[in-house]
Amino acid sequence: MPEISYLEAIRQALWQEMKRDERVFLLGEDIGRYGGAFGLTHDMLDEFGPERVRETPISEATIVATAIGASLLGMRPVAEIMFMDFVTLALDQIANQAAKMHFMFGGRTTVPIVIRMPGGSGSGAASQHSQSLESVLMHFPGLKVVNPSTPYDAKGLMLASIRDQNPVCFVEHKVLYKTKGEVPEGDYTIPIGVAEIKRAGRDITVVANNIMVMKTLNVAEKLSRDGIEVEVIDPRTLLPLDTETIINSVAHTGRLLVVHEACLTGGWAGEVIACVVGSPAFDYIDAPVRRLGGKDIPIPYNRGLEKFAIPQEADIEQEIRALVEGKI
Amino acid sequence: MSKDKGKTKEKDIGTREQFEKRVKRLGLSDNNLIGLYRTMCTVRHFEYMADKLYAAGKVHGTMHLSAGQEAVAAGISLAVHPDDYLINHHRGHGHFIAKGADINLMMAEFLGKDTGYNRGRGGSMHIADFQSNNLGANGIVGGGIPQAVGVGLALQMQKRKEICICIFGDGAANEGVFHEAMNMVALWKLPVLYICENNKYGMSMDVERATAKLPIAQRADGYGIPWACVDGNDVVEVYDAMKIAADHVRSGKGPFFVEAITYRYFGHSKSDRNLYRSKEEIGDWKQNRDPITRFTKHLLQSEILDESQAQEIDGQTEQVIHKAVEFAEASPEPDISTLMEFVYA
Repeated sequence: MPEISYLEAIRQALWQEMKRDERVFLLGEDIGRYGGAFGLTHDMLDEFGPERVRETPISEATIVATAIGASLLGMRPVAEIMFMDFVTLALDQIANQAAKMHFMFGGRTTVPIVIRMPGGSGSGAASQHSQSLESVLMHFPGLKVVNPSTPYDAKGLMLASIRDQNPVCFVEHKVLYKTKGEVPEGDYTIPIGVAEIKRAGRDITVVANNIMVMKTLNVAEKLSRDGIEVEVIDPRTLLPLDTETIINSVAHTGRLLVVHEACLTGGWAGEVIACVVGSPAFDYIDAPVRRLGGKDIPIPYNRGLEKFAIPQEADIEQEIRALVEGKI
Repeated sequence: MSKDKGKTKEKDIGTREQFEKRVKRLGLSDNNLIGLYRTMCTVRHFEYMADKLYAAGKVHGTMHLSAGQEAVAAGISLAVHPDDYLINHHRGHGHFIAKGADINLMMAEFLGKDTGYNRGRGGSMHIADFQSNNLGANGIVGGGIPQAVGVGLALQMQKRKEICICIFGDGAANEGVFHEAMNMVALWKLPVLYICENNKYGMSMDVERATAKLPIAQRADGYGIPWACVDGNDVVEVYDAMKIAADHVRSGKGPFFVEAITYRYFGHSKSDRNLYRSKEEIGDWKQNRDPITRFTKHLLQSEILDESQAQEIDGQTEQVIHKAVEFAEASPEPDISTLMEFVYA
């Protein structure tokens, strides 16, 4: 199986779906000749032309609204918000419009759009280009929030998102763009709303998303050598959240840690923990349930400060050891 | 414009010859004119019935009534095609009726019934009918303006002949998305007819206190969009402008912007105590510029209808509304077991 990057996997999904379905088109800022701020849509303008790789003015709200309007007439738009931080400029169209139309109109229309948005810190882009706002988007019923951590998941989830009948916020991570993994060349989808156990283990369940999956897997590998077996669950979709897989895992391991880059307060870890402790898995819990999140600060510019604004592998390792060894 | 808040005399409707020459130039038949009258009467009765139902405690929540603004809705609907797309604002009952909505289903939605257009999930502010290309009203001021860009874009990409009509109020013109959308429809020459229904107040905010330069329509110049500003209480003038605008848009020349100056009789919504405008001002518009009274005078003067025929049509439309109330009241409430439906498709 060919090994390609996370960025190429998403691009391949867009490319293949545009070849397969003429209703699919891209819109966003600088996605044409420039190829997108991260180069994800490179050469797509030449292949598909300016109608289907539609560059827009800097108007985030209207980019999303244009996707909504076009979807009402049967199109399948994939909109790009250049940095996830800018999603706040389009939040009315996402939260009040796209998320609610199917419901508010009595099920008589659907809004099949995908809104791509790279989030996350680690690129030195400072406070307004580094946020992880996926927890914010989880608070709007009607939306789906998809958040892949590997190239394989990224392609399969993108194809599933474009084919979904609902508005999907497709949250990418800038630092993951260059990570590589095996990705089938052909067509495949990964169901939205289904978590994956990325590594099986008996001692503790760690639920992590995007970049934290990679970090937790590294830690799990290291701890395995010390006889600690970590079960790593990647929700892959945050809304709707696959709580069943998580609950079953905790019932098996008896311990839970949730790790995300997003700010701790109001972050989705709280949601996972509430679901688990309110479930029958509660009876199997042997240790305090814990969460690790980004500090409750804006992301700073300085490289050192930026790094320690979010959980590091050492933090994850320390938490897991403390929980497994009964030190908390 | 709009320096006329004090007492004014009755609007001069002009001579019979002027009116007849005008409708002949526009190619309007007697049937067209009677249709405009019928539409306006229906809207008026719907709105007064809505107010009555609210007062009787049969409606909860809020509503935004368009009594006084009927000529805008009627004039637009005659000027465009039935299969054109409509994106509407929160004060939208009139436009939906004029587009040919089923009054029973509208009334049922208004009363929150399961038989309503939106299965009782939307209410007054969100009535939509996708089968007739009515893409719905919006509770967020200006929320529909940028969506029209997408509808226009899809129509252009699909090489279709329909156009998108997007109606919003004077208040919405001050939302940021207004400017984003104007730029994009002009840039891409999209088939969108933007209509600003200026009823002089954004809730309590006088348009003159909210808008740096009037008329609002002149803002279209900044985007290279042709525009017109018309008396929105003169249904023939509204039709005339909308026809020119719609033909322009349909011919592939890009968007057009029409502002129609009108006035609402009821308050903004149910909480409105009209503290920001005088009884005299409201009375003046009702007595001297009412769109239905003015148009009825034309129809009588030109002997298109006589008094009894006019009254008969008015009575028929009132009956339609009464029947709709009967239908709605007899309809079931949505079953509580269906609460979680329609969140995801």
